[in-house]
Amino acid sequence: MKIEIGEVEYVARLARLKLTEGEKEVFTKQLNAILEYMEKLNELDTSGVEPTFHVVSHRNAFREDEVKESYPQEVSLENAPEEAKGCFRVPKII
Amino acid sequence: MYRLTIHELHDRLKRKEVSSQEVTEVLLKRIAEIDPKIKAYLTVAQQEAIRGAQEADRMIATGRISPLTGIPLAIKDNMCTRGIKTTCASKILENFVPPFDATVVNRIKAEGGVILGKLNMDEFAMGSSTENSRFTITRNPWNLQVIPGGSSGGSAAAVAADECIASLGSDTGGSIRQPAACCGVVGMKPTYGRVSRYGLVAFASSLDQIGPLTKDVEDCAILLNAIAGYDPLDSTSADTPTPDYRRGLVKDVKGWVLGVPKEFFVEGMDPEVEERVWDGIRVLQELGAVIKEISLPHTGYAIATYYIICTAEASSNLARYDGVKYGFRAQDPRDLMEMYLETRSQGFGPEVKRRIMLGTYALSSGYYDAYYKKASQVRTLIKGNFEEAFRECDVIITPTSPTPAFRIGEKVQDPLQMYLSDIFTISVNLAGVPAISVPCGFSSDGLPIGVQIIGRPFEEERIIQVAYTFEQNTDHHKRKPPLPPH
Repeated sequence: MKIEIGEVEYVARLARLKLTEGEKEVFTKQLNAILEYMEKLNELDTSGVEPTFHVVSHRNAFREDEVKESYPQEVSLENAPEEAKGCFRVPKII
Repeated sequence: MYRLTIHELHDRLKRKEVSSQEVTEVLLKRIAEIDPKIKAYLTVAQQEAIRGAQEADRMIATGRISPLTGIPLAIKDNMCTRGIKTTCASKILENFVPPFDATVVNRIKAEGGVILGKLNMDEFAMGSSTENSRFTITRNPWNLQVIPGGSSGGSAAAVAADECIASLGSDTGGSIRQPAACCGVVGMKPTYGRVSRYGLVAFASSLDQIGPLTKDVEDCAILLNAIAGYDPLDSTSADTPTPDYRRGLVKDVKGWVLGVPKEFFVEGMDPEVEERVWDGIRVLQELGAVIKEISLPHTGYAIATYYIICTAEASSNLARYDGVKYGFRAQDPRDLMEMYLETRSQGFGPEVKRRIMLGTYALSSGYYDAYYKKASQVRTLIKGNFEEAFRECDVIITPTSPTPAFRIGEKVQDPLQMYLSDIFTISVNLAGVPAISVPCGFSSDGLPIGVQIIGRPFEEERIIQVAYTFEQNTDHHKRKPPLPPH
């Protein structure tokens, strides 16, 4: 076993997912199968190989910092699940 | 009229034999009649389409006509369309109406292209069958019991069933090419960076690329012309000049070296797929191409590499769906943490959760080196394989998918089996090179089979030329699925 149910619970917490008992069991089984398959990569010696994070450019894309028009408040709030006084509303934090 | 290609319809619009509004109405009627069977569309934007067509007709009346003016097209539902819902086939974006257009949509509209609506897909483009949509299962027009491929299954099925003239899809590990093969249409994933990703809902940012799904290769070149090019709004878009891709519409492959990777013709391949692809290779050989066996030695590691990288990137990209600013929010949470947990758990479907879990695990403390870093190193080796192969050949030719489209429900319980169906397409995304799938025949059950042509970075023109030469010397693309005409 690469991953136990406790670790599945821990990773779910990190990912902000709440899993049912059934989902935890299924995921533990499926993730184990997938991770075992991924063991394949250990057959390869990659010492000294530079990782590729991006295939084309490794340069930063700079541009002038220009002031441009932005969305008005109403447009920005159009998709808000809840709003109040021109702000996004969320449950009480403090 | 709905059977026309972009270039055929363009000629008629130009000669004023038909108006854009007339043809748009014909297609809306076709959708109303056929789509209850196919279920390719998630949203039909009837009013916007008619308005767009009227605008196109005004452009044509004043002599301003370009290749897409007045052409009814449809868009995969992960590209933002201003004022039209963009759901990614996910509950978490069920009611999201973007206030802006993706750059590709913007470019189509600027040319006077007409947007008919938004097409079904696997949720967040995660899947190979379109069965992971939270809303509906799209059917393959060639056999309604069979999947259309995925994740751009709606985009491929809509083109095959003549529910639009052409469409856009996105391809992270084969999501344009595999459904194109399954539905018997042409589909291209351009070089990474060739087409702007601005407004494409991110899945795996170092792999995602938008591309055309069309009825023939000429249309592929025309649609690519419209969407390719540098965009300051996408910092990964390539700042290199874009040729006129129609220059690749030449019937000539004499002396071209076509590389056939030996690693692609082994275990697990459907014998009919292998036969049809070899038939295709022989067609090109008879036209003067030179066939050369090549090696891509790390092919066997591509799927493991891909599913580490894409899930890691996805877990990070999908962290933004928290129920705060847009999209779905769970009802009456007790506190902020419960809001996050409930929103994400109710909003995402099983495959999306599985990939977020896998990616979070691969990036978590203590595992980063073993998974993400290791996979990124193997990616360097896979990319190197292509660089070496392209020293010996002009293009690489392979099957698009190891089997024809499978039956609905066949692989849903086994995610690993589903992942393995991407075996021929994903190394192309890892290397960032362009590839096209064109129809190369049919199975004995009457399902389409596709051949994939892979090129060097930014050599889309070359793969278009090989694909065009093949298509113009065969007639697979002229066959139509057995749907009732209207």
